Amino acid sequence: MRFRLFLREPEAVFWTFIFPILLAVGLGIAFRNRPADVLQVGATTAQLTQALAGDKGLTAATMDEAAGTRALATGNILLLAIQKPEGVEYKFDDTNPDARTARLLANRAIQTAAGRQEVVSADDLLVHEKGARYIDFVVPGLLGMNLMGSAMWGLVFPLVEARQKKLLKRMVASPMPRWQYLASFLLSRLLLLVIEVAVFLGFAVLAFGVPFRGPLWELALLCVLTSVAFSALGLLVSSRAKTMEAASGLLNLVMLPMWILSGIFFSASRFPAAIQPLVRALPLTAANDALRGNMLQGMSLGQLAAPVAILLAWAAAAFAVSLRIFRWR
Amino acid sequence: MTDSRNVKTLTLDPGGNTPSLLLRGLRKAFGDVVAVDGLDMEVKRGECFGLLGPNGAGKTTTIEICEGLTEVDAGSVELLGLDWRTGAEELRQRIGVQLQETQFPDKLTVEETLRLFRSFYRKGISVDESIQRAQLEEKRGARVGLLSGGQKQRLAMACALVGDPELLFLDEPTTGLDPQARRHLWDLVDQLKQSGRTIILTTHYMEEAERLCDRVAIMDHGRVIAQGTTQQLIASLGAEHVVEFAVAERESSEVNVAPLLAIPGVQSHRVDAGLHQLSVGELHTAVPSIFAALDGQGLELSEFRTHSATLEDVFVSLTGRTLRDE
Repeated sequence: MRFRLFLREPEAVFWTFIFPILLAVGLGIAFRNRPADVLQVGATTAQLTQALAGDKGLTAATMDEAAGTRALATGNILLLAIQKPEGVEYKFDDTNPDARTARLLANRAIQTAAGRQEVVSADDLLVHEKGARYIDFVVPGLLGMNLMGSAMWGLVFPLVEARQKKLLKRMVASPMPRWQYLASFLLSRLLLLVIEVAVFLGFAVLAFGVPFRGPLWELALLCVLTSVAFSALGLLVSSRAKTMEAASGLLNLVMLPMWILSGIFFSASRFPAAIQPLVRALPLTAANDALRGNMLQGMSLGQLAAPVAILLAWAAAAFAVSLRIFRWR
Repeated sequence: MTDSRNVKTLTLDPGGNTPSLLLRGLRKAFGDVVAVDGLDMEVKRGECFGLLGPNGAGKTTTIEICEGLTEVDAGSVELLGLDWRTGAEELRQRIGVQLQETQFPDKLTVEETLRLFRSFYRKGISVDESIQRAQLEEKRGARVGLLSGGQKQRLAMACALVGDPELLFLDEPTTGLDPQARRHLWDLVDQLKQSGRTIILTTHYMEEAERLCDRVAIMDHGRVIAQGTTQQLIASLGAEHVVEFAVAERESSEVNVAPLLAIPGVQSHRVDAGLHQLSVGELHTAVPSIFAALDGQGLELSEFRTHSATLEDVFVSLTGRTLRDE
């Protein structure tokens, strides 16, 4: 019955299935492995420009210093090579990684053109290995985010709506055991989970060739555990909220920090050491770590004991508290 | 004390003399507001009992206490010989509840909703039968969100009945319905009464209480201020008729009430927004005297009518307010 209710809610279907796919596609396109960017630079003399053109990673144009400075300011070029009596002066923003790269390439080009010899012979071996790309990093993060979103929204909204409409009160007046009512939500969530995960990961594999290094059944187990943990959290959030607006607000309050801190789009270790304990304890961080560990590094459940334990702890604690404070009226 | 487990369905002997419902000294407050203030009530088996009172009288709180949805601050609640604290599961199987304003999930169909509720009960009537009784045959496959107000109420009643309960609670079953839908529901309740169930309903419509209920308790501000059959309550007025009149506006159009009250058969006087009301025992003796008295004061009537006393009049005489005032 709950399943039927879900399917008839078209917005829910969209958010659960289509959105993560759209997101993955969008990100995949944005971060696709293009050949290394060609960097724009400028030079004040034609001679310099010619030397710079010798490097495949650079595109050079000749311009006078004033025009060059303007172009730097607007970001049209990353670096300006100015010919001076004593040599070359490089004008660039050193906090910009691309500009720093440009500086290195430009210098190498100009020096080589002027006759510098490499002392040590060096050769390039390019790595385009699966599992090390950005899209590989992101997909497990998106999976985690998706599991969190669908579990929490899928649980909180119907429950709070039922409370608001006094349906909860009606249910409690009937002989229906209360735990069965809550369990029905969990069960339907798990059913949907199977479909959701299959669709999302299937797409990820087909479109991007994302690897699955760890045992698939362990991945499935991790997904279930993640979903259960967030369902419990959803129960907790929905325990007292009387209106949909209150529920929305609470949901955002809970999920927003995790969206930012939990390492969906970039590694959580980028955050300062002072808040790392907080970051690591968040359920989504644990989930993402576990999912990544399984998919990209093929780690076994034993090796993932720490994040698994965190998820279990969240699930148990959230359930226990929400069962005590859940308001049925 | 009869073993309540022997009481199966309504066709059997309904457990002898134990009342269906017994409330003693009920008290419930929400923060500062005292909703129920020392309430005593007793409902016999198989009767249709009404709780009549204006909005805010505490009817819904009382009935929710009876349904096991609200806990009391003080007092005892006994249903079918059982207590909510110890016999909750058993009780829920044996009672049916229709709440004020329940909204069922919009996207389920009528049939699915009934099937869901039917699944909670160990025994009850079939889904088909409850659809028929509620006269929702054509709307069987329709989504709940698309039903009219009257149809939703019938569905709610069907859900309350699907477990074949011995004791049925209806909280304001016809509030907000148009007259035809209301009559429809009254017919349903009539059918239920014939089957021997105990029905407890709350309402603020006195016609409903008069029409459906064997006995009525009138509530106001959390207390029962009168209890009895409709006839008993009206008889307590001491007068079965009410005369209403208004006098034409003129300079000295003050009505002197004393001579009116002196007329034999006139029980009481009340004025409300220019309309005078006298409760009167016998019309044929009192009315001519009233005309004479008013004429004697040089007053001219602009309006004059009479009606048989109703529960509303009982309420008015007890509290000075009408049921519709709130």
